[in-house]
Amino acid sequence: MNQQQVIGRTVRGTLGATMARAGRRFLSSLPALFGVLVFTFLLMRVLPGDPAVFFASGPNASKEDVELIRKQMGLDKSMPEQLALYLYDVGRGNLGRSMMTGQSVTKDLRERLPASLELTFTALLIALVSAIPLGVLAALKPGSIIDHGVRLFCALGVCVPTFVSGLLLIYVFYYLLGLAPDPTGRVDVFTSLPPSRTGFLMIDFLLAGDIEGWWAALKQLILPAMSMALFVIAPLARITRASMLVSLGSDFVRTARSVGLSRRHVVVTYALRNAILPVITIAGIVFSTMLGANVLVEKVFSWPGVASYALDALLSSDYAPVQGFVLLMASLFVLVNLTVDVCYGIADPRVSIE
Amino acid sequence: MTSTALRHSIWILRGNPLTGVAAAGVLSLIFIAIFGPWIVPYDPIASNVSQALLPPSAEHLAGTDQLGRDVFSRLIVAARLDLAIAVSAVSLSFVLGAVVGSFCGYAAGRLDRTVGRFVDVMMAFPLFVLAMAMVAALGNRVENIIIATAVINLPFYIRFARAEVNVRRNLGWVEAARSSGESHISVVLRFLLPNILPAMAVQMSLNLGWAILNAAGLSFIGLGVKPPTPEWGIMVAEGARFISTGRWWLVAFPGLALMLAVLCFNLLGDGMRDILDPRMRT
Repeated sequence: MNQQQVIGRTVRGTLGATMARAGRRFLSSLPALFGVLVFTFLLMRVLPGDPAVFFASGPNASKEDVELIRKQMGLDKSMPEQLALYLYDVGRGNLGRSMMTGQSVTKDLRERLPASLELTFTALLIALVSAIPLGVLAALKPGSIIDHGVRLFCALGVCVPTFVSGLLLIYVFYYLLGLAPDPTGRVDVFTSLPPSRTGFLMIDFLLAGDIEGWWAALKQLILPAMSMALFVIAPLARITRASMLVSLGSDFVRTARSVGLSRRHVVVTYALRNAILPVITIAGIVFSTMLGANVLVEKVFSWPGVASYALDALLSSDYAPVQGFVLLMASLFVLVNLTVDVCYGIADPRVSIE
Repeated sequence: MTSTALRHSIWILRGNPLTGVAAAGVLSLIFIAIFGPWIVPYDPIASNVSQALLPPSAEHLAGTDQLGRDVFSRLIVAARLDLAIAVSAVSLSFVLGAVVGSFCGYAAGRLDRTVGRFVDVMMAFPLFVLAMAMVAALGNRVENIIIATAVINLPFYIRFARAEVNVRRNLGWVEAARSSGESHISVVLRFLLPNILPAMAVQMSLNLGWAILNAAGLSFIGLGVKPPTPEWGIMVAEGARFISTGRWWLVAFPGLALMLAVLCFNLLGDGMRDILDPRMRT
């Protein structure tokens, strides 16, 4: 067996092990997902008001009408039967109908999810590309001005609520400097939307070859993404710093230095690669926090995403969308955990060999 | 013994004077929360439309809002409600979490696994969304904001107490308590629980800041507190309408109040952790 074959086998083995790990994790997250389903089911049952009366055309519907609808909705059955029906519906992708939009919740969520994801991913990207260098710089010179600056920034960063930083960013960049466009929605009124292929405007505009539109959409995106990122830079930078400090103090870094490798090589290839695992863990947690923070940021910037949809529904007592939203968030979270697992395997192949 | 602990604390405080500042901040926050309504210069809910939307001046330190109410007075009066929500929510989850977590860590069997699963389900969730859904289900009232904030804090306390008890359950003094005829319940409640309290208190201080942010977030999106009640989150929400016309003070000052409150609790928590657990010192 030549060397190439050996490497090939090892890579395949690692990939396989990573996949197996991810599969196991997926299976073990199923009970949690089931718990969330039961929770959303109970949520719907304990909500104030009789859904049958709600669905019947107004409060002056006759008793027979209400009974009929109750039967149609399966509300006359026992709780376990109702739960089974609910699970069946969710399994078929039927999340009910929104009274607000008159459309099925699944359709509404599908239309709006890309907006939320585009915002969240951009924010995560901004947070990572600013937090990791900050953390590394702080760890390279502990006790220096940079280190103290990063710590101060982290301490303050977790104290400012996202909705306040978002509004202050609007004040500075829209009102004072006039750099940002009117902070409502994903594009301004003068830009026509590109044909929807992925739903991600950053990608759709590029595919349509509309650079002007792309720029306009980016300008709308940058402030909400910034305000979301500001809140999560702190935990990411903090963990990067701590993890880098451990890594830089270890024997293999001393060895790498002593054999005369370049500083860049030592820091990036040796120290950072070994320090990245805890950062990935925190990034997963941070992503979940950001899914929650979406509600606040989307409200501040009138962003047409799933969170603002759920919030509007919630405030007008339209519960099917809220339920669908909660489910969607839980499923996204399971997906994020799986991604984190796969990233683990890629960043550190030792993880896969248990 | 006590004097050694005291000297140790002072030594650490000298190295990190911020903890002292934070403690002073928390104390003044409590003072404001208690005496706020008597020290404000204006009535926090009396509107005066002729004085609407004035920028900060010597007369109105933090300006006035769209109804001409003094923002500074509203900030001071709001401290009580914001603090009350956070403190009651955190106390609720503290008590429940400490007891449930301790028993789980002590029993360490099927009970532990079941509760562990339950905690996993809860944490498998954007917690703010969970709080939102709970307020929707229970009804849009302040009590329910407290309950929702308490529930989303609960998993952290259960995990923390569980881990702390779990490492102590077979230590000599626990063994001694058991062999001298104490019941399991009494071992947990009278021996283990007091032992983990200091560590839990640190967790509580760190958690209060987070609880304040969550509660303010909920009222910012229109859940819980209703206008015209002064509350920091809702003040930001009301001021948000005027930010793109440059009325920064309606957002900046409630935001500053939130930030300072959270900062003080966080710094105090960090400082207390340094005193209690030298290994965690950063």
